[in-house]
Amino acid sequence: MANAEQNLIEFRGVSWRANGGSEAAIIDDVSLEVARGKTLVLLGRSGSGKTTLLKLINGMHWPSKGKVLVEGRATREWDAIRLRRGIGYVIQEAGLFPHFTVAENVGLVPGLENWPKEKIAGRVKEMLQLVGLEPGEFAQRKPRELSGGQRQRVGVARALAADPPILLMDEPFGALDPVTRAELQREFKALAERLGKTIVFVTHDLREALLLASHIILLEKGRLAASAGPEEFLRLRHPEVLAFAASLDVTGGAA
Amino acid sequence: MTGLWSFMAEHQSEILSATVEHVELVCIAMAAAILIGVPLGMLIVRRAELRALALGIAGIFQTIPSLALFGFLIPIPFIGGIGKRTAIVALTLYALLPILRNTYVGLTEIDPAVLESAEAMGMTQAQILFRVRFPLGLAVILAGVRTATIITIGVATIAAAIGAGGLGTFIFRGVALVNDSLLLAGAIPAALLAILADFLLGRLERRLRVT
Repeated sequence: MANAEQNLIEFRGVSWRANGGSEAAIIDDVSLEVARGKTLVLLGRSGSGKTTLLKLINGMHWPSKGKVLVEGRATREWDAIRLRRGIGYVIQEAGLFPHFTVAENVGLVPGLENWPKEKIAGRVKEMLQLVGLEPGEFAQRKPRELSGGQRQRVGVARALAADPPILLMDEPFGALDPVTRAELQREFKALAERLGKTIVFVTHDLREALLLASHIILLEKGRLAASAGPEEFLRLRHPEVLAFAASLDVTGGAA
Repeated sequence: MTGLWSFMAEHQSEILSATVEHVELVCIAMAAAILIGVPLGMLIVRRAELRALALGIAGIFQTIPSLALFGFLIPIPFIGGIGKRTAIVALTLYALLPILRNTYVGLTEIDPAVLESAEAMGMTQAQILFRVRFPLGLAVILAGVRTATIITIGVATIAAAIGAGGLGTFIFRGVALVNDSLLLAGAIPAALLAILADFLLGRLERRLRVT
């Protein structure tokens, strides 16, 4: 089953404790794999360890126990800078640099990788068009001159700019109003399918998970509580799955 | 008041040269304090063990009454003695805390999401420091420089007590001779310098602020 060719990301019995292992496990004995081109959604309540798990992939955290493999190589064996430049990262509120223009933000990683200027400029234009922002109108703006949805689009463009095979997304649409969120979710789904990126997507929104996932993993207190494709997920009888399914009903069948 | 104006008009050139001397003292001390304080502030961002020590020592200098600090330095070899050099050392030590503290605060109080994404995109610690922390913290650092400059302009008047010259010479003579005109001939230009520095650095600070 473990196949480095197919699995771009793999966790083997991974635990993580804060402060170099002295505290309670935030991630407790998790094993999983993400095949090339698939979208894994990590679902869970706040504090279930989703974000921590994400940060174990790009070497923002290192496993206290077990191994995280990226492209078949343990993250500990990677040079952290190289590893991260090959992995796009999008977070809530986008985390754009406020002192950079949109173009400078999007061109950041290509710049760090010493691409020639013209190539960066071309790439920035291409990326902005890809996320539905007209380069002529937006390239020279500062992040504060954008709406929340536009900032998040720039965040996605920035993550994709150096064409990384992997994309990590930590509740990227969580802070948006419901209408904008639904728009971005739909557009992002189409984009992900077109680009064939391997994506790990963190959310606490079951509807978002069902919409975007090739596979859903439910985390509970740092442990893997359930794992299923989006079609089977709601048929699982695990209590935490039922709790999430109930949350779906309460929102009044907004789907 | 007419006495003051005619006194100042009469001693125009002396006041002017004392003002120039004063500005020189302040500029040299500020340059030294910035050259020490800003790099040190950058260093303690990631060196927690140095942080308390550096801020503590800079804080101690600030608690020493300024006249006493000048006095303490006089017997110290190389940096001490009577004259400009000692005064500059004392003024530098005095200006250090606001610069060091504001540099540290400016470089650390940055939106965590910005720092997180910088790290996640594979920027090295040096790149994060110079391309993210520094430009975003510059306005706060400059606010420290502004505070330090105003303090230094005031404290530099005391430098005259150890023979360093500057506008303090008029003030000390004025106090000794109970002569208001003499005293104000030193105090007014010093106050005007402080107001001017505050205004100019405040404008620069607002321009560098990133929202």
